Amino acid sequence: MENLFDIELTMRLLGLDFVQNALLAAALLGLVAGALGPLIVMRRMAFAVHGTAELAFTGAAAALLLGLVFEGMAVEYGAIAGAVVAALLLGILGGKSSERDSVIGVVLAFGLGVGVLLLWLYPGRAHTQLGLLIGQVVSIDRSNLAVYAVSTVAVLLVLALVYRPLLFASADPVVAAARGVPVAWLTPLFAVLVGIATALGVQTVGMLLVLALLVTPAAAACRVTSSPTRAMVLAIIFAEVAVLGGIVLSLAPGVPISAFVTAISFAIYLVCRLVEYLRGRVRVEHATL
Amino acid sequence: MTDTAVQVRGASLSFGSRTLWSGLDLDLARGEFLAVLGPNGSGKSSLLKVLLGQLPLSAGSVAFPGVRHTRRAPGIGYIPQQGTTEEAPVVRGVDLVGLGLDGHRWGVGVRGRRVRDRRIAEAVEAVGAAPFAHQPITRLSGGERQRLRVAQALVGEPSVLLCDEPLLSLDVTHQRSVGELIDKRRRDAGTAVVFVTHEINPVLSYVDRVLYFNAGDFRIGAPDEVMNSATLTGLYNTPVEVVRIAGQLHVAGAQVALCEDEPHHVAERVS
Repeated sequence: MENLFDIELTMRLLGLDFVQNALLAAALLGLVAGALGPLIVMRRMAFAVHGTAELAFTGAAAALLLGLVFEGMAVEYGAIAGAVVAALLLGILGGKSSERDSVIGVVLAFGLGVGVLLLWLYPGRAHTQLGLLIGQVVSIDRSNLAVYAVSTVAVLLVLALVYRPLLFASADPVVAAARGVPVAWLTPLFAVLVGIATALGVQTVGMLLVLALLVTPAAAACRVTSSPTRAMVLAIIFAEVAVLGGIVLSLAPGVPISAFVTAISFAIYLVCRLVEYLRGRVRVEHATL
Repeated sequence: MTDTAVQVRGASLSFGSRTLWSGLDLDLARGEFLAVLGPNGSGKSSLLKVLLGQLPLSAGSVAFPGVRHTRRAPGIGYIPQQGTTEEAPVVRGVDLVGLGLDGHRWGVGVRGRRVRDRRIAEAVEAVGAAPFAHQPITRLSGGERQRLRVAQALVGEPSVLLCDEPLLSLDVTHQRSVGELIDKRRRDAGTAVVFVTHEINPVLSYVDRVLYFNAGDFRIGAPDEVMNSATLTGLYNTPVEVVRIAGQLHVAGAQVALCEDEPHHVAERVS
């Protein structure tokens, strides 16, 4: 940790190819996470994101194992597959909002168990295994980057296409259904988008910390604005600051990036709560005058 | 375009062995104001769900002959019952109204921003919600939300307006203003109104016809034809007295739950 402020070392590392790849991948992830975040908060899906992340981990572990058989099988395909399966499973089993909470708990526990078994079967280095839990952004190369870019563009395109009805269905489901919005299939569709974003997150910050990018920045943004558009812009900015800042800070000391990403993310959240509190006080003072 | 906005033929609705109502025929003309009354669980809200296409009839049919109602341009507006919808965070009144205007359309909706903003502002202004329309919806009172709900329903310029207890949790002044707004809409634009309520007096002067449900049965007709002691005594199978005091109707009887001021569907809200 004593190298934290070694700017010279940081600058030298920033010139390296693999660091630049990592930054690029992280920037894409921040974009997707920030764009989806406010809708996740609106739909109260934080726990679902965590559950999806755990199954993305299972998928990644399976891909790791299969990679021994099929040379060069990329882990992110497994992660994406796992996350999409999780998203659909949660969508099918957890139809009623009263049951959703327990269904997520059930599915994620089972998925995680399978993942543990798969990792145990994997004879490779423990470091690779740990990477799925806490992220291994520096291992991202050009071909991974292509997957990131394609996934990001796909998620953002679909999101743009369904944005208005999705916002309607999220903010005001009863009236949305009355106005003919296909609420029934927008829910699983959004779950799949979240699944893909989660899978990218598993590669970058790791399964355990996906929430720090998909939920915390949006939750922070929602503290300081109630406009859905502004919340999305702020969430993207917050997510980018957290993930890029986290990577840069982690370079010199060589600490896993997750620690810094989550710390920055949490700090932004606290600041936003403080801003909200101070604004509220101003309002109360005005009201009493 | 015919003059009939809503056409219900031989409609019945049952859940298992329980029949909510059967043999319902209804022709609702453009600009007509229908008040739907009856005790809790008599099938008032279910009628709205049927008209919205969310609940299939057990028998009979529903049609909208004089209404252009498509996926791109829904001709039906809806004001939900308060408390059945949980207000989400990160939404302001103007967002809710804007979604009523074009939330059913695909895409982000970048084009026509200025026209959109103007129509939203007009709708918000018309219900007197301008002072609080830019605040988060979670911070508003029930009455403020309800006025925004009216704006949300009217901004889409519906040909048929379905209202589920829109006066709930409003004080008398706001009850009157909401009633006036809906009445103005149907006079200006010929919107047919189906108005589910447990409190008919605030809208009594606008009501063309009353549909009164009770225990599997119903009566339909002009207010005076339905809201009289003989008709309601027949409907309730127990003596009911309808008195008119100062232009207001008061219904009294052992089984009658009309004109009570307690919130509707309390059990549903808790669950």
